[in-house]
Amino acid sequence: MSEQTKKHHSPSYSIYIFVWLFLLVLTGVTVAVAGINLGKMTLAIALLIASIKSYFVLTIFMHLKFEDRMFRIFVFVALFFLAISLILLFSDYSFQ
Amino acid sequence: MSQVNEQTIGHVHRDDEATRIGMWLFLFTELLLFGGLFIAYAVYRYLHPHEFMMAGKELNSFLGALNTVILLTSSLTMALSIAAIQRNKKNLSIFLQVLTLILALGFLINKSFEWSIKFSHGIYPGSETLLAKGSGEILFYGLYYTMTGLHAIHVVIGMIIIGVMTLFTIKGTINSGNNVRLESAGLYWHLVDLIWIFLFPLFYLIL
Repeated sequence: MSEQTKKHHSPSYSIYIFVWLFLLVLTGVTVAVAGINLGKMTLAIALLIASIKSYFVLTIFMHLKFEDRMFRIFVFVALFFLAISLILLFSDYSFQ
Repeated sequence: MSQVNEQTIGHVHRDDEATRIGMWLFLFTELLLFGGLFIAYAVYRYLHPHEFMMAGKELNSFLGALNTVILLTSSLTMALSIAAIQRNKKNLSIFLQVLTLILALGFLINKSFEWSIKFSHGIYPGSETLLAKGSGEILFYGLYYTMTGLHAIHVVIGMIIIGVMTLFTIKGTINSGNNVRLESAGLYWHLVDLIWIFLFPLFYLIL
């Protein structure tokens, strides 16, 4: 009963707008960094920026920050298994 | 109060928490679908680094960046529409949902321009121009069409879902007390955005 009637509070409008502006800035940074030749670092930086953007989409837009902790654990486990498949695959390719 | 009435009179059983868990579980299967393709991309890029770089330079990074901005903005309007309905601002929520749909349509129009330019240059799966290129570039374009195409299908599905939610909101079955369906549609839409966040640098800004 308490589960059903528990109101799901939505954060304020302004937090969404701030996150959106921040995401636009990060997109600009990605494009700018791509123009500079940093060798192998450019890919790492692009993926790092994409990960930061994803973090904010997941926590604010997708409400993970305001959800029960169980949701965050779920998402962490899902991403963890994706990471395992990537790491195992590359450890195989790297030693061929 | 209306919630209490619903449960005492109509015996309507609703568990928003469970609905959200179900939606997240579905999103994990989507993660596996795209995750597998990203892994394929990673392996082929590892095997053909130079050809991937050459092919990636051919893509229009301006159109890609524009679509990133469009999709991020549509994610904002979607999130705001949920915040609006939870504050009982029905018309604002409907307006924001329609805005999300328009932005999504803009994304698809942009994408169709981009693809038709590529097609007119003779670059499409199985074309002679493409098959004359090195195997790395063929793989790059194969992944490009598969991944952005699958993503575009998700945009279309997302539009249909949001469109139905807009109708529910107009009818009033989605309201300030019962909006978990709109929230689930939002989760799906943000996932579409998330995937694009990775597709954009990996294909358009090949590094």
